Amino acid sequence: MTPVRASVAGAIASLILILVVVELVRGRRLKERYALLWLATGIVLLVLSVWRDGLNTIAGWLGVTGYPPAVLFAVATLFIMLVLLHYSTVISRLTDENVDLAQRIALLEERLNRSEQQQAD
Amino acid sequence: MTHERLVAVVPAWNEAGAIGRVVEEIKAFDPAMEIVVVDDASTDETAIVAEAHGATVLRLLFNVGIGGAVQTGLRYARDEGYEIAVRLDGDGQHDASELGKLLEPIRAGEADIVIGSRFVDPGGAYRPPFARRLGIRVFARLVSLLGGQKVTDTTSGFLALNRRGIELFATEYPHDYPEVEATLVGLRSGLRLEQVQVDMRERQAGTSSITFVRSLYYIVKVTLALLVASLRRYPRLEPSQ
Repeated sequence: MTPVRASVAGAIASLILILVVVELVRGRRLKERYALLWLATGIVLLVLSVWRDGLNTIAGWLGVTGYPPAVLFAVATLFIMLVLLHYSTVISRLTDENVDLAQRIALLEERLNRSEQQQAD
Repeated sequence: MTHERLVAVVPAWNEAGAIGRVVEEIKAFDPAMEIVVVDDASTDETAIVAEAHGATVLRLLFNVGIGGAVQTGLRYARDEGYEIAVRLDGDGQHDASELGKLLEPIRAGEADIVIGSRFVDPGGAYRPPFARRLGIRVFARLVSLLGGQKVTDTTSGFLALNRRGIELFATEYPHDYPEVEATLVGLRSGLRLEQVQVDMRERQAGTSSITFVRSLYYIVKVTLALLVASLRRYPRLEPSQ
């Protein structure tokens, strides 16, 4: 069985996560599209912490018989990996967009110099 | 016949010591050719020297890697309507007097991309160190296998492109360590590729960007890129007339 204290600690931690994410979005320091995965993480962890029978049942399915809260760790780790992978795709896109911008600026600058020179002549 | 429109794309990163001579050699080969030096955010006088020798200089805001630099030049070639582009390295290792050999198959309409290879002719003068030769050979085999055409030198940055090649690589060109993957992308997009024997020189000045850790990264990155590129679908380009 899951110890009550583990459930309480899990619930508090996930609540803090949710509140922090909401506050960051409210203060416009985090965009909604990047907050969604974090919110999902917090909500899933909160549900699994509070719904003790559910956690025990899931632990049973997964063969985790000794210590059901281990499933909380597993789920948290899985979500963190998802968030990181998502960030890697975001960074890749930003890199491409950055390079594209640098290239366009180089081309525009050259064109601008040329037309200024032609006007001066 | 009007003079065909030719542009030379020269990526350069901190090549102030070599770029002047590179530009002069291209001018000596064909004074009518526009020379575009893409300055990949050099910290030295590369751009100033190149400009002083009469090259058009495209200045990148920050270092984007050699592939990103070449692509900038090819975007220029595409936007300015050039029919043929050649690419030479800014360090002077490619001999501009050999450009004629690269241009021949393009002018004859036999190829869309011509690569200057050091290994077409087994008696060629270039003898790299063993590890490097092995790497070059492995990549050549892999590209030949995945691309369906025998390629001998996929790491060469000495090449000529017609309009189809320019248009393809202006949009599809890997940003770092681009040559091997670009060769495969070209083949998979249906470009007709030809290789001609060239010799390459030792660098004129500056230092090569290749170190041990980078070579490891190079091998892993390029292998992954090749495997992924062979899973991707590329638009088949219609044969040009």
